[in-house]
This record gives sequence, structure tokens and C-alpha cells, in this order.
Amino acid sequence: MRHPWRWGSLLGTLAVVAGAFVMLVPFAWMLSTSLKPSSALLVLPPRFVPEEATVEPYRSVMAAFPMLRVFFNSAVVALATTAGQLVVASLSGYAFARFRFWGRDVLFYGYLATLMVPFAVTITPLFIIVRTFGWTNAYAGLIVPTMFTAFGTFLMRQFFLTLPRELEEAATLDGAGTLATFVRVIVPITGPAFATLGIFAFMASWNNFLWPLLIVSDRQFMTLPLALATLQGIYPGQTQWNLVMAGTVISVVPMILVFLLAQRWVIEGVTTSGLKG
Amino acid sequence: MYERGARRWLVLALFLGPSLLGVLLFVAGPIVASLALAFTSWDLLTPPTFAGLRNFDRLSRDLEFWAALRHTVTFLAGYVPLVLVTGLAVAVALNGRVPARGAFRAIFFLPVVTSWVAVALVWKWLLNPQFGLVNAWLAQLGVRGPAWLFDPGWAMPSVIMTSVWKDTGFVMVILLAGLQAIPREYFEAAAIDGASRWQQLRHVTVPLLAPAIFFALTISLINSFQVFDQVYVMTGGGPAGATTVLVERIVKQAFSFSRMGYASAMSWVLFVLIFATTFAFSRLQRRWS
Repeated sequence: MRHPWRWGSLLGTLAVVAGAFVMLVPFAWMLSTSLKPSSALLVLPPRFVPEEATVEPYRSVMAAFPMLRVFFNSAVVALATTAGQLVVASLSGYAFARFRFWGRDVLFYGYLATLMVPFAVTITPLFIIVRTFGWTNAYAGLIVPTMFTAFGTFLMRQFFLTLPRELEEAATLDGAGTLATFVRVIVPITGPAFATLGIFAFMASWNNFLWPLLIVSDRQFMTLPLALATLQGIYPGQTQWNLVMAGTVISVVPMILVFLLAQRWVIEGVTTSGLKG
Repeated sequence: MYERGARRWLVLALFLGPSLLGVLLFVAGPIVASLALAFTSWDLLTPPTFAGLRNFDRLSRDLEFWAALRHTVTFLAGYVPLVLVTGLAVAVALNGRVPARGAFRAIFFLPVVTSWVAVALVWKWLLNPQFGLVNAWLAQLGVRGPAWLFDPGWAMPSVIMTSVWKDTGFVMVILLAGLQAIPREYFEAAAIDGASRWQQLRHVTVPLLAPAIFFALTISLINSFQVFDQVYVMTGGGPAGATTVLVERIVKQAFSFSRMGYASAMSWVLFVLIFATTFAFSRLQRRWS
């Protein structure tokens, strides 16, 4: 009697464990390096577990770079972008789902069409617009242009279309206007869509690199990814890897926490959008 | 919308206004402006001048552009098939009976939520020729590891490898959603008919998963045409220009050389390439299924 399933399962499990090991090693190496004194970096062969762990690299990175300010910048930008996207996208998504107005469908297809255009196409004019507003090296430049996405509007519209119209009709019979109905009846039941779009927007903003790279050169306005990329180059000749890894740990821990707490919404946001933030 | 007359417009403006204004100013406007700029010459200091097709003509003779296009296609040709295979393998394995499935799924997804800059930095350090972990482990196996990012021949494979590592979990999640939609009975019927696991994978899983695979394929293609962050951080286009890619060229032309028109022209070539490829693949899918 053969047992192909059992052997297959065993092999599959072993392969999965090996794969998970490959996934985790870089994170462990990141943490391990961030706890090593500089002298331990050049020891051969490299030790996976530091001989003597020290938080010195964390102190040094704070001294070499305004990391607290940078962390604060990332948090402010990500939270403001997320809040802005939720408000803008839910209002417009509701308009596309429920209102009847001239040119609605054409306008909606126009929104969808912008989704196909790569970001690289818009960067030149977008930079010029933002520079004209005086928004380089400023929070406004990091936040405002990223608040308006056709994807957000699309996602909210699809959600509102699944809601029965009777919900609003009852409120209207009581004499409530459209805005009051939206705020009192619709918003309270939009939690799942808010969570999906919100987590997605937060992740995209927290990890965004290209846009901050183009409009920020002042360290006081850098976000974490830009600060890390800058940090690797500030010691000419030799990158201080323990400092850089300390900064990297600081930048990835919040996102990993958000992921572990809200796994379901993160995965849903990524699967529905096909975007990775 | 139950309001009438002027109030009706007010309500519409309140709901649609912010989004419409923002999308026009920061998305649609720049797209149109970029198309117009592609036919101008503009250094930001003097007003733009009409250049006709000169940008595109210069593009066709720009060796750096062709090199960047070639590297982008090399990246795509290595990355897309690899990430689909690893993503499919992990998805199939984690759809089966594996202990602690949820924890494993989370582990494979961890790199997806991590920023590209963080991932690129860690791998740059892992792949350090002298003091990195990868070459140290290879040395223990008696293999002399290459210089990775410092070797023109190994730099692009290193970037591809890192990208596959980061995105395997992304493809996994898309394919898992597809796998969960396949009824268990199909596999049971195939097993009763004596199909081996490999035969089940080939004749049941892959055909039924085709739409999800095509979705993952299309997304991976679109993303890999726009490869930028990892190249910028890991190699900066080097060594000796071995890993320059299209978006990196566009950024350099616009923001280092202030050639706004030329950069816009290049970005439209990128757009057309992405559009044509996506279109071709969607045609292919229709014929295939």
C-alpha cells in the first residue's frame, strides 16, 4: 500500500519550512547587525548571534541623523494621507454609486483610465506643480498630491453599490438631507471598506520612496525610506551597516506591527488592488 | 440625491468636488501635461519650446536609453517567471495540510509589507562580498561567492533574486485566493482516479487557476517595467551602468539634467510598452481560455 499523500505532505512541509527560513533570515540578520558594535562588523566569518549585544548603533544613528523627527514625519504623512484618502474617496465613491448626473459614467471611465498610467509619466509635471505651490521640503507636498487616487474612489464605489437602497430611503422619509443620510446611515456601516483602503493607503505612504526622493532634500522633512537611503551614503567609502540596520529596524517595526494586527485587511487591500504599496 | 435645484449642485459639489479637483490637478492634469511636454524642449530655466518629434528621434539614437530598456527587459524576463513559480509553489504548499498554515502565510507575506528601501539595504548588506552572510555561508560549503552587486555580470541577477524574495508572498496571496475557489471535490475525484500530486497540479490546479495566474502575471509585468527603488538603493544603476533601468533614466533625465521634455517623452515610451504588453497578454488569455 502506497502513501503518496503522507510523503507528499512531509516533503511539502519541509519545503515550506525551508522557504520560511529563507524569508526570515534577512530580518534576523537586520536585527542582529543592528545590535553589533562597529568592530564586530568586520569579523570573519560573520557571527549570526552577536557576541555582545549593544544598543550603541541605535544611539549613534539618532546622533548622526534626526531619526526621531524622521519617524514623526513618516507617521504624520502616513496618517494624514490615509485620513485624506478615506474622506475624499468615500465622498466621491458615494457620488459615483448613488447620484445621477450628466456625464457620470464617462467621468468614471476617465477615473479608471488614470489607473493604467504609470507614476513615472506624471512625475515631471507633478513636480513642477508642487514646486510652484512652494511645497517642496514641506508636509503639504508629501501629503496633498497622494490623497487623490482613482483607486480609492473605485474601491469605495464598489462597496456602496453592494448596499441596499432601502437604507437611505428610510432616512429620507424622516426628512434627512443627502449629507446627513451619508454621515448617519452610510458611514457607520462602511467599516470594512474603510479598513481595506485605510491600511492600504497607510502602507503605501509609509513605504513610499520615489515621490519623497523627488521633492525632499532637507533632512527635517525626510520620511523613513528616504532617510535610510540617505543614511547609507553619509559615511564616505564605508557604509556603517550597524547604524543603517538600526535605522531599518526602526522603520520596519511599525509596519510589521500594523500587518500582524490587521493581517486580514492588509491582504484584502493587496489582493483587490494588485498594488503592493 | 433628493435635493432639487441649486441645493442639488451644492450637494454634488460637496461629494464629488474634492476628488475631482484633486484628480484633475495631481493626476489627470499631469498626465495630459506630460504628453504635451514630450513634444517640447524644456530646461526649467527658459520657457519650453516646441520640439516636434525631436525628443523621440533623439531617443531612438540614445544608447543609454536602449541599454536601460535592455536591462529592464532582462529584469522582467528573469523576475516574472521566477516569482510566478515560487509564488505558485508556496501557494499550493500552503493550501494543503501543513501545520501552522496561518503563521507560515504571514511569514511569506512579511517582505511584502516591508518598504523596498529596507529590503534593498538588508540584501545589499547580506550580499556584501567580503563581510556579508551569503558569501560566508557559501564559503562554508566550499564555494567562493561572486562579488554580487559589484560584479557587472551578477548585479542584475542579484536584483532579480532580491525582488523574487520580496514579492513571492504577494503572488502567493493572489494565487491562494484563486486556489480557495477551487472545490475540494475536484482534487478528491482526481485522487480516486489515481492521479499523482504532480498530475493533480498539472491537470486540475493550473487550468482552474489560470485566471488568477494571469492576474498575477499581468500585475508582475506592469510592476517590473517600473522597477526603480531596489535598483536605486542597491546599485544606483551600476556597476559600470550594468543595471540602469527605464524609470531610473527618466528620473535622471528630469531631475539631474533638467531635460523635462526628454524625460516626458521617455515616460510615454514606457507607458506604451506597458500598455502594449498588457494588451497582448489579455488577448493571449482570451484565446487560451
